[in-house]
Formats: sequence, structure tokens, C-alpha cells
Amino acid sequence: MAYSDKVIDHYDNPRNVGSLDKKASDVGTGLVGAPECGDVMKLQIQVEGDTIVDAKFKTFGCGSAIASSSLATEWIKGKSINDALLITNKEIVEELSLPPVKIHCSVLAEDAIKAAIADYKAKNVKV
Amino acid sequence: MKTPIYLDYQATTPVDARVLEAMLPYFTEHFGNAASRNHPFGWKAEEAVDTAREEVAKLIGSSSKEVVFTSGSTEAINLALKGAVEMYGDSDHGKVKGRHIITSLVEHKAVLDVCKHLEKNGCDVTYLTPDKTGRVSVEQIAEAMREDTLMVALIWGNNEIGTINPIREIGALCHEKDVLFFVDGTQAVGKIPVDVYADNIDLMCLSAHKMYGPKGVGALFVRRRQPRVRLVSQIDGGGHERGMRSGTLNVPSLVGFGEACRLCRENLEKEMAHTTGLRVRLEARIRASLDEVHLNGNADHLLPGCLNLSFAYVEGESLLMGINNSLAVSSGSACTSASLEPSHVLRAMGVGDDLAHSSIRFGIGRNTTEEEVDFAADRIIETVKRLRDLSPLYEMALEGIDLSSVEWAGH
Repeated sequence: MAYSDKVIDHYDNPRNVGSLDKKASDVGTGLVGAPECGDVMKLQIQVEGDTIVDAKFKTFGCGSAIASSSLATEWIKGKSINDALLITNKEIVEELSLPPVKIHCSVLAEDAIKAAIADYKAKNVKV
Repeated sequence: MKTPIYLDYQATTPVDARVLEAMLPYFTEHFGNAASRNHPFGWKAEEAVDTAREEVAKLIGSSSKEVVFTSGSTEAINLALKGAVEMYGDSDHGKVKGRHIITSLVEHKAVLDVCKHLEKNGCDVTYLTPDKTGRVSVEQIAEAMREDTLMVALIWGNNEIGTINPIREIGALCHEKDVLFFVDGTQAVGKIPVDVYADNIDLMCLSAHKMYGPKGVGALFVRRRQPRVRLVSQIDGGGHERGMRSGTLNVPSLVGFGEACRLCRENLEKEMAHTTGLRVRLEARIRASLDEVHLNGNADHLLPGCLNLSFAYVEGESLLMGINNSLAVSSGSACTSASLEPSHVLRAMGVGDDLAHSSIRFGIGRNTTEEEVDFAADRIIETVKRLRDLSPLYEMALEGIDLSSVEWAGH
């Protein structure tokens, strides 16, 4: 199977690999996918005000899944929460030139961003 | 050492240089049709085919009259299964045996798909679930047998996991119960000792390209005594191969097939020792540096050159992506196949889908060296380590989280 150069680049040099303290109140964690399906993404954000100041990921999955989550962290860093929520899987597909069978990887990355933000919001409900 | 290193010998093998040399004159100089009975061109071709047939027979312990040449294993399987059902399943042809077939869930698709076809045509097929090492037992076969059982169809050495079935014992049971025994010998012939009479086999397919011969030729062993097995041909026209398979014989490739069989027979013990040694070396080197490596297969009954391992917490396609510039191997991962389903063999063995996605098959063969195996192990080790650092599952496992207790949001 041929991978695009961008997928290979993210696979060879994944950006923002790692973990943030999931217990910290300024950190939101999204864990999406399932091992049986062959992909699991963990995406974490650290938020100051409403800006995502740091993002980390770890992914179990194919090269396209790794690249999608790596790209997602790159894109959301420095964005406001509301802007991050606007990122769609289509943009990821286009940027990485993912073939149709790999579109689910981009969907998973979008889900991971949304799940991390939802987790952060749940932790920081304004009273 | 040249890269990429070929470790996919279950998929196919290179044609041995000695095999190619034997074939070449039969393309140009001795190009006759083996069925041309009235001139020397035909005689020369026929003589070459006879020699090839002798060599195939010697390798499997049959008589040369029991070897029917085909285009490969898939065709031989079609002829054996469909041909037997047509011959014995109806009341039209002498002895009626019935239309029940026993096979297993870990067969090659060629057998499973033919069985599905036969089911549509009124056959009843029992698909046995193997044990967790992929092996079917004599007891399971005995339990599945019925009054109307026509045939047991089983793989000898599994193409994905290398597990070897207890063929001789199952064959003895079949003969005791007067049931035909078909064996898929594609991966076993030329790799382990095969003696169709001692092993109680009635029908067996084999393929040249799995044993350093050319692609596109194979054979079906059809037993001629105790019992004499008769089949209805599936390809008609001209009556070649004793009427069981018409079509002009592919003389050059059959010459190659014969030579490949001779080389396998003469070097069997040496090659078994060579490939087994390298397989053990590869597994030991990987295990010395990585934890959570699972063998898919039966450690006590394994084809010499087949090693299927699952690397927990790492997805197979991403692992292949990390090594495919330097190693040619296969994966049971969904993503590497068109079907998007993990391997049906690993599933049938009860390997979880997560580990099935993490499986890699290493195929070791005649030309593999210690240096290549060590290089392969090192590439695997470094890539698995790198991907585990990237894996949320490995992180969770290290934290002591039981992954099976997590409620995953599947998609």
C-alpha cells in the first residue's frame, strides 16, 4: 500500500508524542477507538483561559491513524477551544491525502479532539 | 547482505537456479506437445513429463500413476472436492457415500470457498473449530463423523501459523470409517516428511511455487488402491491426465516442478534443520529484547520455516510500515488485507482481534541466512519498541489497567 509523503513524515517523526497529567484540572483527555478495531487514540490538551497551550497524543493503529492524530495535535496547539472544535476530518483527509479505506482514521482524530475538549469542559464546569 | 530481506516463503518461493536451468531447454529446443504421440518432439516432451511425474511421486511416496498435474493447489482442491462429491454424492455413480464433508475453520480460502460452493449444491459441511494452537484432533473428527460423511478435508501445515495437524492419525480413522481423506499439502510437501500411504491419505494437493518451483503448476495425488479413488473431472476436453484434467501440459513448468521435488527430497533433512534452526534463532532473539510476544501456532507441531508472532499493543500495519523497506513479511492485521477483517485463522483459534491485528508471519526458507534473521529480529525489536512508546495501550498496561475491563468506544 502506498502512503503519502505526509503520512510517512508523521509516522517517522510523530509530533507531540507523550502524555499530560490526566488528573490535572487544566488537562482534557480523549480516548477513542477500540483495540479490536485496530485503532485507539489518546489525545490530551492543556488549556489556559480558552487557549490550547499544549497537546499530546499516543496512538495504537495503522500509519494513517498515527499521522492523523499527530497532525491533529499540531493543528490544535495554540488554537482556542472553539476553533479546535471546527476542525473536521475532511481537512485531515485532504492534508494527508488519505485513501477512502483510511477515512475512519481521520474521523477518529476528529472524535479525539472533541472528546478531549468535552473532558476538559466537564472538569471545568463554571458554577 | 541485500535488502529488503525476503521472509515470506509461505506466500511463494524463488525458483531455484537448478530448477530454472532444467526448465529452459523445454521452452525453445524441446517445445513439443506431450500429447503428440507420433514424432520425436512429442516423445521428448512426454518423457520429460514422465520424469517430472516420477519425481513428484517419489517425494510424496505415491506411484506416478497417482499424480494428476494441475495449475496449482487451488485447481487441485476444486477437482478433489467437487470431483468427489459429483462421483460419490449422488446415486448416479456406483457407490453412494453421502454429501457430508468435515473440514476446519483454519483451512485456506481455497478449501473454504469450495466448501461454500458445495453447500449451495446440497452438501452439508461441518467446520471444526481448532484448539487455541490451530490444531484439529482425531477425537474432534471422530465426533463429527456421520453415516453420510463423504470426506474429511484438512490442511496439513497451516499457511498462516504453521501448525501441523495429526494427519496420519486422522487418516487412519478415515480409513477405518470408509471416509475419503483429502489433505491440503501445499505448505507441508517438500518441507516435512510426506508419505501418502503411511499417512493414510486419499487425495492431496501440492503446488510447485511453494517449493522453489515455478508458479502455475501443481498436482493432485489421487489414490489408486485401497481404496481406489475416482473423481469426476472438472475441466473436460482432450482427456489428458487420465481424463481427470484436460488441457495441454505445461511441459517446461512441469520439468521445473519435478526438479524442485527432487531437490526437496534429496535435501529434506538438511533443509528442515536449517529452517528450524533459523526459526528458533529468530524467535529467541526477538523474545530476548521484547516482552508480551505471543506465538500463534503450536510450538510442538510447527512447520520448520513458519513463525507467526503477535506483538501486543502494536498494530500490525504500522509495524509493517516501519520495516517494509527492509523486510518482506506478512501480517494478519485487517488493514493489510482487502477485507478489513483480521485473519480468519487467528479468529478461529480464539486469538482476540487486538492480538490478531498485531500479528506478523515470518517465513524462512532455503536461502535465508543467520545474518538475515538477526537483522530482521533487530528491525522488529526497534520498531516494536518505538511503536510501544507511541501506544496508549502499552502505557495503560504499564499502569496496571486491565485493557479488557475498559469500555471502548468502538467504531
